[in-house]
Amino acid sequence: MLEQIESHKYSELEVNKSLSNEDKIEFLRQMVRIRRFEEASLKYYNAGKMGGFLHLYIGQESIAVGTASLCGDNDHMITAYRDHGHALAVGMSMNECMAELYGKKTGCSKGKGGSMHFFAPDKNFWGGHGIVAGQTPLGLGLAYGLKYNGEKGAALCFLGDGAVNQGSFHESLNLAQLWELPVIYVIENNGYSMGTSQKRSSAFNNCLAQRGDAYGIEWDVAKGNDIYEVRAKTKEAMDRAHNDSQPTILEFDTYRYQGHSVADANTKKYRSPEEIDYYKENYDPISVWKKRLFEESVIDENSYKELDDAAKSEAKEAVIFAEESDFPDLSEITDDVYYEVDNQTESGKQGKYFFHD
Amino acid sequence: MALTLYRQALNRALDEELANDDKVVIIGEEVAEYNGAYKVTDGLWKKWGDKRVVDTPISEAGFIGMGIGASMLGVRPVMELMFFSFAYVALDQMINNAACIRYMSGGSINCPIVVRGPSNGGTSVGATHSHTPENLFANIPGLKVVAPATAHDAYGLMKSAIRDNDPVYVMENTLLYGDSAAASDLPDKEFTVPIGSAEVKKEGTDVSLIAHGRSVIVALEAAKQLGEEKGINAEVVDLRSIRPLDEETILKSVEKTNRAVLIDENKPFCGVSSQIAATIQEKAFDSLDAPVLRVTSIDAPAIYSPPLEKEQIPNVSRVVDMVQKLG
Repeated sequence: MLEQIESHKYSELEVNKSLSNEDKIEFLRQMVRIRRFEEASLKYYNAGKMGGFLHLYIGQESIAVGTASLCGDNDHMITAYRDHGHALAVGMSMNECMAELYGKKTGCSKGKGGSMHFFAPDKNFWGGHGIVAGQTPLGLGLAYGLKYNGEKGAALCFLGDGAVNQGSFHESLNLAQLWELPVIYVIENNGYSMGTSQKRSSAFNNCLAQRGDAYGIEWDVAKGNDIYEVRAKTKEAMDRAHNDSQPTILEFDTYRYQGHSVADANTKKYRSPEEIDYYKENYDPISVWKKRLFEESVIDENSYKELDDAAKSEAKEAVIFAEESDFPDLSEITDDVYYEVDNQTESGKQGKYFFHD
Repeated sequence: MALTLYRQALNRALDEELANDDKVVIIGEEVAEYNGAYKVTDGLWKKWGDKRVVDTPISEAGFIGMGIGASMLGVRPVMELMFFSFAYVALDQMINNAACIRYMSGGSINCPIVVRGPSNGGTSVGATHSHTPENLFANIPGLKVVAPATAHDAYGLMKSAIRDNDPVYVMENTLLYGDSAAASDLPDKEFTVPIGSAEVKKEGTDVSLIAHGRSVIVALEAAKQLGEEKGINAEVVDLRSIRPLDEETILKSVEKTNRAVLIDENKPFCGVSSQIAATIQEKAFDSLDAPVLRVTSIDAPAIYSPPLEKEQIPNVSRVVDMVQKLG
């Protein structure tokens, strides 16, 4: 009952009331696209088509889609290694993302980054970072850059609940408030830092975001599976960043259905299948949103099926695109290391840069 | 005309680059109101104000990572490490982020940052403050490392570093900041020293002494002694830049003198001199009349005891002795 009241409350806020039916359908489409993309990537990862790790975002889609939907020209996003959802939400194509997973030269990073390192600076998306919390000072730097350049914007820096215990995050929080930088740290709390539950990894009062009190940083905690709620809380934080140049820590409760990565052998051991099923049945972000759009008569079962089929075909096409693309040439291994060399500037022509021969 | 000290040359370079480009910002511990722990940034905060010269908390991983992030949006941070030894608490940012982000983004991002600070032993501050990580950073593709030995090169390389669009780590030396042997007669007109160019600091015919940073000053003094006392005419090659490396100047010198002694304050294992030795044996083997020898730091953590530390790092007598071993 309480949940219904809260959802009603968030849907009535201006940030959500102003949404058109098309906007609402677009959010559904984006979430479904992310899920179908990841399902396809899982299938072909398991078929041995990709190397390395594959950290899936399935179950958390509402956060990337809800937050990205509020970003304007001067707002930036940066995240950790579970980055496929954010990449697609900011407008990267399935083709370039799938090709990157395949290690192909048509990938968003020319096959040089892989699953954990998607980037699209032209879409204000700064990665895709592999080291837990390593992106948190970078996100701070984006906010510093905005403020230095006199631009009214926000840097949304995503991290998992496992990242909150890293020193670089705490150093970033101190600097964020000390220098009043427009950064929003979005903790996507899926309850597990790899195989270690929050209870076994973090000391805290009430919630992780409340650690912001120690730095005098505004914080909030909310359900992450409901787009209305995600947008409502994010809007508040973005207003604080835009209008007052102040940081925020925003914690969203969420859940991942898959293991930490697909290589996580213990994924069914540190939590029960019942726990996973319970979340899927009651809190799945796509189901929750779909149900709401049915209730609001924005879509019906047929139009949902059309949208879902389109996402499946798009993912299938992306797999074909990736399969048919070429691997990078061996000669390209030393490209994209130095700007000055790539651009053959005077500086780039001076001295020896590479020592393998 | 009065000579310019190494410290003053750096200060002038920073001041001029602050004037040349309003995206340049100096960030670090005690760089502003305190005027720099070693006074390299003396007077800059007073002249340029809070926006351009920024004091940070003691938080290297935080502020260096922040500078890297800001550089992605076009800011050009010049970040001071009070000691380069403090880089070790910021290595994730300095290696995983600054060096790798361009590559992992397929060349769509670049990080025009400078990290500068003293990288030397010889001041009796113990092992934690005496690291010389130029070999460590030069090992990382994506990074550039320079180590000026004179005020002239400190000025010219700092200006090049700030204008460069890749991350450049400038390794300075507390013993050179006020050393008259490293002072230079700087022209009034601006100039730069290109990154990736070595320089023959003294011409010679009998042996090439190849060094970087303060070891160049040691090599010059040793060369003088070798000439005056032993009749050996040594050439001194100053690498100036570690990565990119000017192999041509190194090889040309060895091909002329047929002998090389490498002087390197790094520890011997995988020190900068290891790379130079590998290059010489690979590309100038036929020119060599003797094995390539090295004078490096004695292979232990930096000792505190002042008279012993003077022996631990390369010094004139160790170089003179090593040259005589060439036979």
